[in-house]
Amino acid sequence: MAGNSEPLSPRAKLAVTAGKAAAAVSRAAGKGSGSVIGGKVALRFDPDLLARLARHLDVVLVSATNGKTTTTRLIAEALRAGGPVVSNALGANMPAGITSALAGGTEARYGVIEVDEKYLGGVARDVSPKAIALLNLSRDQLDRAAETRMLAEKWREGLAGTDAVVVANADDPLITWAASSSPTVVWVAAGQAWKDDAWSCPSCGGVLQRPAEDWFCGECGFRRPTPTWGFVNDHVVDPHGVAWPIQLQLPGRANKSNAAMSAAVAAVFGVDPKVALERMYHVQAVAGRYDVVVYQQRQLRLLLAKNPAGWLETFSLIDGPPTPVVLSVNARGADGTDTSWLWDVDYTRLVGHPVLVLGDRKLDLAVRLEVAGVQFRVCSTLAEAVAAAPPGRIEVIANYTAFQDLRRIVGN
Amino acid sequence: MSDSSLRLVWVYPDLLSTYGDQGNALVVERRAQQRRVPVSRVDVRSDQPIPTSGDIYLLGGGEDRPQRLAAERLRRDGGLNRAVANGAIVFSVCAGYQILGHEFVNDLGRPEPGLGLLDVVSVRGEGARCVGDVLADIDPQLNLPPLTGFENHQGVTRLGPAARPFARVRVGRGNGTGDGTEGAFNDTVFGTYMHGPVMARNPQIADLLIKLALDVNALPPVDDRWFEALREERIAAAVQPA
Repeated sequence: MAGNSEPLSPRAKLAVTAGKAAAAVSRAAGKGSGSVIGGKVALRFDPDLLARLARHLDVVLVSATNGKTTTTRLIAEALRAGGPVVSNALGANMPAGITSALAGGTEARYGVIEVDEKYLGGVARDVSPKAIALLNLSRDQLDRAAETRMLAEKWREGLAGTDAVVVANADDPLITWAASSSPTVVWVAAGQAWKDDAWSCPSCGGVLQRPAEDWFCGECGFRRPTPTWGFVNDHVVDPHGVAWPIQLQLPGRANKSNAAMSAAVAAVFGVDPKVALERMYHVQAVAGRYDVVVYQQRQLRLLLAKNPAGWLETFSLIDGPPTPVVLSVNARGADGTDTSWLWDVDYTRLVGHPVLVLGDRKLDLAVRLEVAGVQFRVCSTLAEAVAAAPPGRIEVIANYTAFQDLRRIVGN
Repeated sequence: MSDSSLRLVWVYPDLLSTYGDQGNALVVERRAQQRRVPVSRVDVRSDQPIPTSGDIYLLGGGEDRPQRLAAERLRRDGGLNRAVANGAIVFSVCAGYQILGHEFVNDLGRPEPGLGLLDVVSVRGEGARCVGDVLADIDPQLNLPPLTGFENHQGVTRLGPAARPFARVRVGRGNGTGDGTEGAFNDTVFGTYMHGPVMARNPQIADLLIKLALDVNALPPVDDRWFEALREERIAAAVQPA
């Protein structure tokens, strides 16, 4: 039984207090929630603070290119069936943000922690998690991210011999490669729409064969493991073969996949799939994503898509034509400054939708849409785009900083 | 060419397509179609033979290990060299550019033989990775407007006497040799470090390849409004970074 039975040391308490003070100063100065600066200050007082805070918790780590924040939220909802949960629900997913989140939940039993891909190995060593959920890996932020396969390799090294139960997506060859050094893996057939980062065998470099849902390397024999959890026709299939319907309020295939992964994680903590899934149904929006807001008397659904895999999933969940679509793309530091990924996104999927284009890099989008044969209109502001949109709810798809900009504009 | 259709071959998208490289293929296709030139595009995976009957071959950028695998498979296949011997046009970017040279440094830190289609040799640079917007002047012989692109590489490529620099940089690093050269070309074989993808920012390069393939001096004009607007913005951004 976890829970806060063993009090924090005086040093850890001091570190937590210093971190909270710094966060309060940061908030008062109007610089966001202060969780990252608070965590940084606290870690300076006590570098082992993260490990100390986690010692009292049953922890699950969640990492991926896409779906980290949503899955973290779904798992947190599921585990609340068993006791109080602390989580970095707003996506501050590097060590400082994680430390800050844990410091705010000393009464919790469970820690549900989203981890940035680059920090997974280190955080896993620090917090000795009970479970680690690995969802998917694909190209993202090309100007500064490590190579996708190298990231899988680092995970593989970092997780080798871990005591955690690794819950991994068997349909992603890179995830499978990363997870297969771990002694205990629960394989989930969670699906993967984007395949263009895994045509080469992560083990030997051979060309992967991908008939239907299967995949294998013809050269070295590395292949899709047999999953114990399935995701079939909008149902989670548990290891006993029982199919549980997924009836989320969150839209799209990717979120059902996230729910399947979350149900498998919840089972590691003894929460049964029925209870876990029913708790996930309450989630309507996650950090503004999927939220329907009213702006200028129009309904807008806010959708975040940061990379080609994310855009592919997003196109599959939007309402069909003639639903108007607003696209906004920036290329600031947090987005990656290289916009070439726009050409990996299949924008022909938008043919038939009225498309309105916004953001710092609206001209890159304009050329991309022109070449895809999609009709579009370039706008300077959201107000202009909304005014130009034909009637009906508007699907608004934006990448990271563009999404934050839009949330501010609509007051979300 | 025996007929008026254009055969476009995208080489190894499974290995060399990390930086939106499909964009170059899409822009060539689109601009040919706008001129009512029929195009057939073949995407050749690295376990398939390279057809030798193509008119234009495109090679994109890739990560270090896929680059080595691509070089090994292209050498073994031999089709691209045969196509060039038949007069085919090749346009290559970044990792693909290095593969067309005599040699580059592979992911294991060892020299890897290329295809010898360009008289260049590439090594890994010692300094920081070159990342950012580039502005360069293309060799006047090619009669093209300034080159705008985005570079993201650590390579240093030295040109031998048989290769001409594709462009000279005003802003950015290009070949990374410090002499201001960017890319290389020789007859119908081109190489550049420019992503973007480069044709999206320089559609006139796509037009040049189409003209070479069709053996014509000019193509009917098309509406370049959005391409021009993007070029103007990116050239301004290169000159005066935000």
